[in-house]
Amino acid sequence: MGGILVFGEIGQNGLQSITSELLAAARGLSAGSGDEVTVALLGSGADAASQDAIARGADKVYSVQDPLLEDPQADAQLGAFEAVCIEVKPSVALFGRTPVGRDLGPRLAFRHGVGVAQDCIEMTTDSATGRVVATRPVYGGNALAKVTFPGDGMQVLVVRPKAVEPLGADSSRTGEVVTFNPGLDPSIVRARLVQTVRQESEGVRLEDAVVVVGGGRGIGGAEAFEMLHELARILGGAVGASRAVCDAGWIDHSYQVGLTGKTITPDIYITVGISGASQHMAGCAASKNIVAINRDADANIFKAASFGVVGDWKNVMPSFIETVRELVNS
Amino acid sequence: MGIKIVVCVKQVMDPETPASAFKVDSDTNKVIPAQGIPPVVNGFDENAVEAALRLKDSTEVDKITVISVGNNFVMDVMKKPLSMGADELILVQDESVSELDAFATATTLAKAIEKVGEYDLILCGRQASDWDQAHVPLGLAELLGLPSITLAQKVDVADGMISIQRSLTDGYEVVESQLPAVITVSNELGEPRYPNLRGIMQASRKTPTIWSAADLGLDAESLSPRLTLTELFIPVSDKRVEIIEGEDEADAGRKLALRLREEKLI
Ligand SMILES: Cc1cc2nc3c(=O)[nH]c(=O)nc-3n(C[C@H](O)[C@H](O)[C@H](O)COP(=O)(O)OP(=O)(O)OC[C@H]3O[C@@H](n4cnc5c(N)ncnc54)[C@H](O)[C@@H]3O)c2cc1C
Ligand SMILES: Nc1ncnc2c1ncn2[C@@H]1O[C@H](COP(=O)(O)O)[C@@H](O)[C@H]1O
Repeated sequence: MGGILVFGEIGQNGLQSITSELLAAARGLSAGSGDEVTVALLGSGADAASQDAIARGADKVYSVQDPLLEDPQADAQLGAFEAVCIEVKPSVALFGRTPVGRDLGPRLAFRHGVGVAQDCIEMTTDSATGRVVATRPVYGGNALAKVTFPGDGMQVLVVRPKAVEPLGADSSRTGEVVTFNPGLDPSIVRARLVQTVRQESEGVRLEDAVVVVGGGRGIGGAEAFEMLHELARILGGAVGASRAVCDAGWIDHSYQVGLTGKTITPDIYITVGISGASQHMAGCAASKNIVAINRDADANIFKAASFGVVGDWKNVMPSFIETVRELVNS
Repeated sequence: MGIKIVVCVKQVMDPETPASAFKVDSDTNKVIPAQGIPPVVNGFDENAVEAALRLKDSTEVDKITVISVGNNFVMDVMKKPLSMGADELILVQDESVSELDAFATATTLAKAIEKVGEYDLILCGRQASDWDQAHVPLGLAELLGLPSITLAQKVDVADGMISIQRSLTDGYEVVESQLPAVITVSNELGEPRYPNLRGIMQASRKTPTIWSAADLGLDAESLSPRLTLTELFIPVSDKRVEIIEGEDEADAGRKLALRLREEKLI
C-alpha cells in the first residue's frame, strides 16, 4: 500500500483551482513519505486537463472514462473513484471541501471502515508513524484540533478550499497518463441530480474580490445594504454579509461569508455592524486587512481587525463613504 | 398510509457562547463547558425537525421519531423537538461513544434506527456545531445502504420519492431519490418553529426511551475510534487593532478613509 490519490475536479476552464491546491498538499505530504502522487480525473474533460495536472504536481493521472460519468452524478463519481482506489491502493485519499468532495470523502471512508478528517487546513506526515496529522478548525473556528488516523488503513482527508497555495505550473514536469474504465453499473446512481439553478452575481465575484464590504445585523435592515453596495461600487469590490442577515432575509444567502458560506481572501474587508463570531471569521480570516465599524468596543471583530472605528454606522458611514469617493476620484 | 420519519439530533455546546468564555483543557483535549450557559439542540437539527414538521403539515406523516446519541443529556433541552411537535424521543446514552468519532456515532445511530424498525426518511442536520464534521449522516447512509442527499433547503415527498433543493453557495441543485433515504438539512430551509404552550405541555407528559450501546448489541470493539484527537488548542492572534478616533463619529469616519488611503488600501 502506498501513494496519495487526489479526487480531481474539472470545470469549464479545465482543472479546478481546488485540484491544484490538493496536488500541492499531496506534494507536501509526499516530501515526507516519498509517496507517488496520483490524481483521478473523471469524464470527458480528463484528457485535456491531464498535462496541467502533471505540471501542478501529479506523477500519474488516471483518466477515468465511463458513460455514467458524462453527467455529474455523485453516486457514479464515488463508484469511479472507488474503482481507482482498488487499483492504486492509496494510503492517503484527498478531496476538496466542495459540494461534491465534502460528501464523497466521508462516504468513501465509511465504505472502507476508515477514518476521515473534514475541512483540514494543514497536513503533515508524522515522521515516527508515517501517518498523516491534520489540523482542522472545530467549534466554529473557536479552536483548532490536530487529528491522526490509528491503525494502518487508508486515510481520507477533505481539505478546505484556499487553505493550501497551489504550485506554479511547471511544464517541464513529466508524468504518466493511464486511461481507466471502471465499468460502472447504472444501478449505483440512486440520488439523481436533475437540475442546477445558478444565482448570477452582478459585478465582481465575492470569492475573487480584492475589496469586500460586509454588513451584519447591526445595520438594521435590508435598506442599509444599498449604502454598502454604493461603497463597493466606488471601490470596485463586492458585498458580503453575515449569516444573521441572510437568515433574516435582508439579502440572499449567496452573499453569506463564513464557515457555512463563502470563503473570501480580499486585500481589505470592511465590516459594518458585524460582531465577528468565530463562524463568520472562519470565512474571512485570510483577508489581508479587516476594517471594523461597530458601536461595541468589545466586539470580537476588533480582535481580528487592523483598523476600526467604535461608533454607530449611521454617523460614521456617510462621511466615510464621501471621503472614500473623493479620494478615489482625485 | 403515511410515512415514518426519524430525525437525528445532537446536544451541543451553545455556539453563541462568547469567544471570551470559550476555554479548552489542553491536558485532556476537551472543551470546558462555559459556566451558566446551557447546551442546546444543534441548530441545523432544529432545521431538520422543522423539515419533518412541514412534511407533516403538507403530506401524510404517521410518526416523527427523534433519536440522539450522547452523554449528560439535559432533559429540558432534549425535549425541545417534542415540544415543537415530534412524537417520540429516544436517547442512546453511553460513555463509550466518543463524541468526536463519527464512525462510532453513525454505527450507534444505525443500530438504533434498525431497532426502531420502520422508517421511510431519515433527516439530519448539515453538521454539528461542535466538531463541524458533517460526517455522521453520510456514514449512516452508507451503513444502512441508503442513498444520501445533503444540504437540503427544501424537501418534498410524493409517491415514495423525495425531491430536494440542495443549497449551493451560488444557487441550488435539485436532487431526487427513492425512499428510504438520508437527508441533511441546512439553515436555508428557514427558521424552525417556536414551541407553543400546547406543545410544551404535551412534551412534558412524554417520557423518552433510553437505550445503552449494549441494548443495541454494540461493544467497545465495534465502536473503536477511526480518528484520534492529539491536540486541541485555541489559536492565538497577535493582531493589534488601530482604533481611529475623531472629534465625533462622523469625523472618525473621515479619518478612517484618510488612514486607509495612507496605507494604500483604497
Ligand atoms: C454551525 C454554525 C455555522 C455558522 N455559519 C456562519 C457563517 O457561515 N457566517 C456567519 O456570518 N455566521 C455564521 N453563523 C452564525 C454566527 O454564529 C453569528 O450568529 C453571526 O455571524 C452573527 O451575525 P452578526 O455579526 O451580523 O450579528 P450579531 O452577532 O448580532 O452582531 C451585530 C453587531 O452589530 C453591532 N451593531 C449594532 N447596531 C449597530 C450600529 N448602529 N452601528 C454599529 N454597530 C452596530 C453590534 O455591536 C454587534 O457587534 C453560524 C453559526 C453556527 C452555529
Ligand atoms: N450524537 C448524535 N446523535 C444524534 N444525531 C447526531 C449525532 N451526531 C451527529 N448527528 C446528526 O448528524 C448531523 C451531522 O453531524 P456531524 O457529522 O457530527 O457534523 C447532525 O446535525 C445530527 O443530525
